[in-house]
Amino acid sequence: MTIVVNGSPRVVAEGATLLDVLGTLSLDPRAVVVEHNRRIVRRPALGEVRVAPGDAIELVQFVGGG
Amino acid sequence: MDTPFLVGGQTFRSRLMIGTGKYADPETMVRAIEATGADVVTVAVRRVDLDRRAEGSILRHLDPKRFFLLANTAGCYTADEAVRYARLAREAGFNDFVKLEVIGDQETLLPDVAGLLEAARILVAEGFKVLAYTNEDLITALRLEEAGCAAVMPLASPIGSGLGLLNPVSVRTIKRRLKVPVIVDAGVGTASDACVTMEQGVDGILMNTAVAAAQNPALMGHAMRLAVEAGRAAYLAGRMPRREVAVPSSPTEGMLD
Repeated sequence: MTIVVNGSPRVVAEGATLLDVLGTLSLDPRAVVVEHNRRIVRRPALGEVRVAPGDAIELVQFVGGG
Repeated sequence: MDTPFLVGGQTFRSRLMIGTGKYADPETMVRAIEATGADVVTVAVRRVDLDRRAEGSILRHLDPKRFFLLANTAGCYTADEAVRYARLAREAGFNDFVKLEVIGDQETLLPDVAGLLEAARILVAEGFKVLAYTNEDLITALRLEEAGCAAVMPLASPIGSGLGLLNPVSVRTIKRRLKVPVIVDAGVGTASDACVTMEQGVDGILMNTAVAAAQNPALMGHAMRLAVEAGRAAYLAGRMPRREVAVPSSPTEGMLD
């Protein structure tokens, strides 16, 4: 199925959790904050929340800024 | 002899807060920040680059145990957007402080004060310590204080302009009328600007471009540290009154015939 991660379509396995999505992107869950359909999902829940086709995922981090 | 620099219940060593944007490379940034002596560093929230072309998280270069990370909502043009970014920043798990920016105009990057007040009220209700970037307008500053902001941050001049403190009278008025800390944010260009700003009696100053865009950022960071300390000391010392006529420093008695 296709979901939208940081504005771009990504194909993930049926039944994938948010933790699985991070795994396919080789991202450390401790290093990013996850927003799923505009709702923040805390780290302990990432393995429990499954994604559905068309879901919007935002993965953010701190970068340099003033 | 100075009072502690206390913001939102947190005491900071340095009255100089420093941004982490626009440095040529992370090593230059770290050297410059160390030279400023700042313990508060600002960071922005952005999408992870999934193609890995970009540098990645700033936390690879700044130890969150050593620096107090103050997330901003830079680049947000509505209250909703700023609230969304603030929530994401807090979720990163370092603290509940946010430097709230709601920008109203792309050319000047001046704040949208209606959006700013709206976002400030929402975030304060959610337990955030809000440091609100605003213009040098007293009434907005008063409303931000009433809204429960932990600090009010009037600009010296537009973000990244390096024009220095354009309106010292208004900044002094804001400082005199507010109880919460007043931290001047944006517009400082060089050390004298920082010194003059601190001489107005404000509690602190936040800058980014003046250090990052200097030819030698570490040396400018050092200069800014001295300037902020000098300006603060001069304010506490209390300057002499201005006169438009000369007053001799040496005795007028005892001159030879």
